Amino acid sequence: MEILLAIMTGILYAAGIYLILRRSLVKLIIGIVVLGNGVNLLIFLMGGLVKGQPPIIPKDSHHIEGIFADPVPQALILTAIVISFGLQSFAIVLIKRAYKVLQTDDIDAMNKTDDIE
Amino acid sequence: MIENLSIFPILGQAIVAVILLFFWRRPKWQRILSIFGSSVNLFIAAALFYFVYEHGTQTTQLGNWEAPFGITMVADLLAVSLVLLTNIVGFVLSIYSNANMVSARVKFGYYAMFHFLIMGLSGAFLTGDIFNMYVWFEVIIISSFVLLTIGGRKIQIEGAVKYFTLNMLSSIVFLTGIAMLYGVTGTLNMAELGRVIPTIENTGIVDTISLIFFIGFGVKAGVFPLYFWLPASYHTPPAAVSALFGGLLTKVGVYAMIRTFTLIFPLSEMNQIILAVIAIFTIFFGGIGALVQKDVLRVFSYLIICHIGFMVGGLSLFTEVALVGAVFYMFHDIIVKTTLFMMGGVFFRIFGNTKLYNMGGLMNNYPRLSLLFAIPLFALVGIPPLSGFWPKISLFGASYETGNIIMLVSFIFASLITLIIIAKVWNDTFAKKELETAKLKQLKYFDQFDRREKTAMILPIALLIGVTLYYSFFSEHIQIVAERIGHDLMHPETYIKAVFPSKN
Repeated sequence: MEILLAIMTGILYAAGIYLILRRSLVKLIIGIVVLGNGVNLLIFLMGGLVKGQPPIIPKDSHHIEGIFADPVPQALILTAIVISFGLQSFAIVLIKRAYKVLQTDDIDAMNKTDDIE
Repeated sequence: MIENLSIFPILGQAIVAVILLFFWRRPKWQRILSIFGSSVNLFIAAALFYFVYEHGTQTTQLGNWEAPFGITMVADLLAVSLVLLTNIVGFVLSIYSNANMVSARVKFGYYAMFHFLIMGLSGAFLTGDIFNMYVWFEVIIISSFVLLTIGGRKIQIEGAVKYFTLNMLSSIVFLTGIAMLYGVTGTLNMAELGRVIPTIENTGIVDTISLIFFIGFGVKAGVFPLYFWLPASYHTPPAAVSALFGGLLTKVGVYAMIRTFTLIFPLSEMNQIILAVIAIFTIFFGGIGALVQKDVLRVFSYLIICHIGFMVGGLSLFTEVALVGAVFYMFHDIIVKTTLFMMGGVFFRIFGNTKLYNMGGLMNNYPRLSLLFAIPLFALVGIPPLSGFWPKISLFGASYETGNIIMLVSFIFASLITLIIIAKVWNDTFAKKELETAKLKQLKYFDQFDRREKTAMILPIALLIGVTLYYSFFSEHIQIVAERIGHDLMHPETYIKAVFPSKN
């Protein structure tokens, strides 16, 4: 399972970076979304995968015996997902606005702010 | 009460921002409330600074979870000094926005976002948890996106696309670093990380993670190969927003760098060399970039990059004196860069644009204003006794002592090139003869301002220049603070002890 997730994370990172390097504005945003999902998967993987051991303290005890699933990475992923959700909705409005105002989808044509003049 | 002191600056700004949301369509009320809220927060920040200066580092365990398990807020001297400076900048900019921001923009929530941004900055400075720092970074960039795009002019949207992409990318890189760090150490508390990291035998992976963090923070700070979003976007929004960004946003990246590379990963020899090389390239590219620009705001944007090199260079030397210099330089830079961008707003109101070749004659037409504006320009170059001079003593001395002659040469080069750039700006805007340019009809020029608007534009600049003069003539006060910070940074045990009082 770990090896599968590791490969999956690698694919998401690669795909995300490839999409960011494309010239289209839409693909740029999709690339950032894919990359964000790759990070979430990486956090999940780095927390360690434990099957069937929820971190619940039994009634007659004050601590958990043995190995248990770490809840912290899941809290981190949840936070990261919520944040990236907000940012993605902003991004989609931004590219719609950019297309309307600048009349282009081509990132290479967006060089007004870099002109020396 | 006292044990919760370190979250008050964050709460204060949050309350102001939320109250402002209730006055959504009433710009006049928003302006008054913003100034009032900012002054209250300035008072809170000053009180926190005084308390920490007198009684040492304060910590707050949020939700009463003990240190490595919950989120810790750590108000050490570096953090509270930066929070105080942030609030000073926030206060003057809330006055400045009166003249600079038209009501149409205020109606889209400018002031609320402004206070959320300052809240995010205070949070990023005060937090003692690396994931919490990521969350504050996101608060900062979300509010900065809104501030950058409010108004929606063509050039703003284009700048925002570039700003958005690279800042998102840096957050993703930062989060990758956090994921790997958690996988290796199993904790996110910065003090705990400072204890655990030296015990890890596999130094290869630690170095790799530290460089991932460096890339993440480097994009925010605008170091050499990662700075291109900065001059592409900082000149596009109104001057009040550029001043806020130019003064504070890059410094958060530098702060995060200083914090991680002293507390979590004390600089290894290899990382020291990498940082030094990048600092030197940052200085050269920023300086030469500023030299060829023709828009005064873009000149200032490149100068930000050039002077980031001073702070990263000071960090890379990694001695106590160098860190004192870097921290003092950061304090000076926050104030001066904010002043410069606010001056850019005044130039825009006087000339109708900010191109160097369209300006001129300021010295003849506004002699008193020119005298005022000369102070931050000279302070930026570091002409003694103005504020830019004092941190350079520490930085030059440290680079000479460590035998890093190339760093010394690039510091001197940066000072020289700043002098050339400022001379050029001075010549084009102040000394040159006034040009006859067609006036724009829809813009309200500085001459047409009434007394209140003129005051709102010039008073905040004068206040910040007052701070610069305080730095200049009472530099021993700042030096004492910076020396204490430098000592704390080189001895991270003090930070760790403050977070875990019982275990030591």
